[in-house]
Amino acid sequence: MTSHYSSIQAPATSPDAASNPTQAAPAAPSPAEPTSTQVRPRTQNAAPAQDGLTYASACDSSVGSRGPGDLAETARLTASPHLSAEEAANIQLNPYKADFPLFAAKPGTFFLDSAATAQRPACVLEAQEKFYESSNANPLRGLYELSVEATEAIDAARAKVARFIGADDPREIIFTRNTTESLNLAARSLGELLLRPGDEVAITVMEHHSNLIPWQQICRAARAKLVYMYPDQEGHLSDQEIAKKIGPRARIVSVAHVSNVLGIENPVKKIAERAHEQGAICIVDAAQSAPHMRIDVKELGCDVLAFSAHKVFGPMGIGVLWAKMDLLEAMPPFLTGGEMIDSVTEAEAVWAPVPEKFEAGTQDAAGIHATGVALDYVDAVGMDAIEAREQALVAYLYDRLASLPYVTIYGPTNPAERHGVVAFNLDGIHPHDVSSLLDTKHVCIRAGHHCAQPLLLRLGVDNTNRASVAFYNDKSDIDALVDGLDFVWGIFNGSR
Amino acid sequence: MGAADLYTPALLEHVSHPDYNYELEGATCSHEGINPSCGDDLTLHVKLGDDGAIEDASWTGVGCAVSQGSADMMSDLVIGRTPAEAKQLCNLFGRMVRGETLSDTEREELDEAICLESISHMPARVKCAELAWRTLDEMLSGATEPSSTEGDDAAATSSAASPQDGR
Repeated sequence: MTSHYSSIQAPATSPDAASNPTQAAPAAPSPAEPTSTQVRPRTQNAAPAQDGLTYASACDSSVGSRGPGDLAETARLTASPHLSAEEAANIQLNPYKADFPLFAAKPGTFFLDSAATAQRPACVLEAQEKFYESSNANPLRGLYELSVEATEAIDAARAKVARFIGADDPREIIFTRNTTESLNLAARSLGELLLRPGDEVAITVMEHHSNLIPWQQICRAARAKLVYMYPDQEGHLSDQEIAKKIGPRARIVSVAHVSNVLGIENPVKKIAERAHEQGAICIVDAAQSAPHMRIDVKELGCDVLAFSAHKVFGPMGIGVLWAKMDLLEAMPPFLTGGEMIDSVTEAEAVWAPVPEKFEAGTQDAAGIHATGVALDYVDAVGMDAIEAREQALVAYLYDRLASLPYVTIYGPTNPAERHGVVAFNLDGIHPHDVSSLLDTKHVCIRAGHHCAQPLLLRLGVDNTNRASVAFYNDKSDIDALVDGLDFVWGIFNGSR
Repeated sequence: MGAADLYTPALLEHVSHPDYNYELEGATCSHEGINPSCGDDLTLHVKLGDDGAIEDASWTGVGCAVSQGSADMMSDLVIGRTPAEAKQLCNLFGRMVRGETLSDTEREELDEAICLESISHMPARVKCAELAWRTLDEMLSGATEPSSTEGDDAAATSSAASPQDGR
């Protein structure tokens, strides 16, 4: 069971790394790319069978084989590969929308809820379908070629995810169902490993409930103390607050990279440094940052990081947990059962090595494979282009909303500090009424507490509206929102 | 059917010019109903007459247009009814917002509140519409704890609300 990870573990010495033409070329153009691009996603043991494999998809075409500007390959993923940041930032045009079948299926939809879940490009949908059409078997336990193929699809995706977040070792990538499950795994397992009565866990008050309730629960069970870091009204965490709240009793610090309500990026690097000074580990909830910015776990300096595929243009039902290998090896398993053991007797069991130790039961292999393709897609579009376009979209969204006299905006007043989201309220109109009425104009936004009730309480509101953008949005989406808000305001203020 | 059918002039008239939004002097009983996740917080006030019937009713609190408009329409409807009749109306309203087909007679009984019929197609908003009615029903059943549409039968209401609960 462990053997097929051995080749991943030792990429540099993999004997057939150079002999496989699809693996030989450097993988990605980014200078930030870690050396792990040479990691062979395919298994050493399966190498003989590999030549006969016909499994091919947009995914495979780009694993490790695509060089900079290889438009023929990336065109299979997106119609608009590698536009410059300047080109991408022109929100009058929309070179990306055609990649997403939903917008053709539901024409006239103004989708401004990507922070809840993104749309998926055609290549991701095709990858999922193709897995079931031509590679479907239960991964890991099979001794026949088809099952090996399914296993390889998971391994390839694991290597892509590692590369996406700058992790060197693909074995450090654990697949879960979503960020929530990843953070529950982290809380349970690390809580059991690290927390003793009187210890402290530090989080911020702007956490999503999925990075809050697991810590409430584990602190109660371990008789540890949950400590909150409080930002200012715009969402900035001060150095003093970080120093004050991450003290000598802290064992775990867990923070959102980007707030799902305020859109602000937390100073994770500083927080991780402070945590390490105090002997604590640092966990990052990257659910809201992964779609919007380049992530490098080594630059962030964190020990654990979680995100969901479905916000990064991948399928629903796939989450990622990355942690440093020494932690993963020390952590007890979270879910137990099939596929996560080496041997079982009537009295006890021996855990399989990482990552299988944390992946009990049959994985969603098709979804994991499609997740890898989603990350290829992001790579083909280019994170620089994505960031530039989203900054232009958020700036326009913020300015248009700020120009409405009846709108209150929450969070940073400098739109450049926002990553994808703007939360706001209309004077005297409940957000649920706003979003229901916007729906009649086919404008989709989120309304509610955004699973961040402690933060909203501090902002002094029960609910807000939240518009969020992805790079497939354009100016017309935001104009439709603003026209819609005028319509809602008119209804409640007698000018309908 | 959708939000366009819901925010009718009748509903919006009750929202912008409510007839029963005040503390009721000499109220026999008051009862609070809340939707914690929405922030809807409503208190119903009822004055029972010597004959046991509802002599007067009013509401106070905060919430969305649907919860407030619904409370205002309900107050209008139950004044003059016996508690048993009022409970019957609450039951009827509950059936309507859950999408049951009502007879013509039953529809007439609900009077203006029939305009909230289309909410049955918006599962996340059902609890907004029914807050006042459930609160009244519990009050007349002698409940002392605040009513919460996300409490006892949460399986139905909170799962219906799940589309709002993503990130």
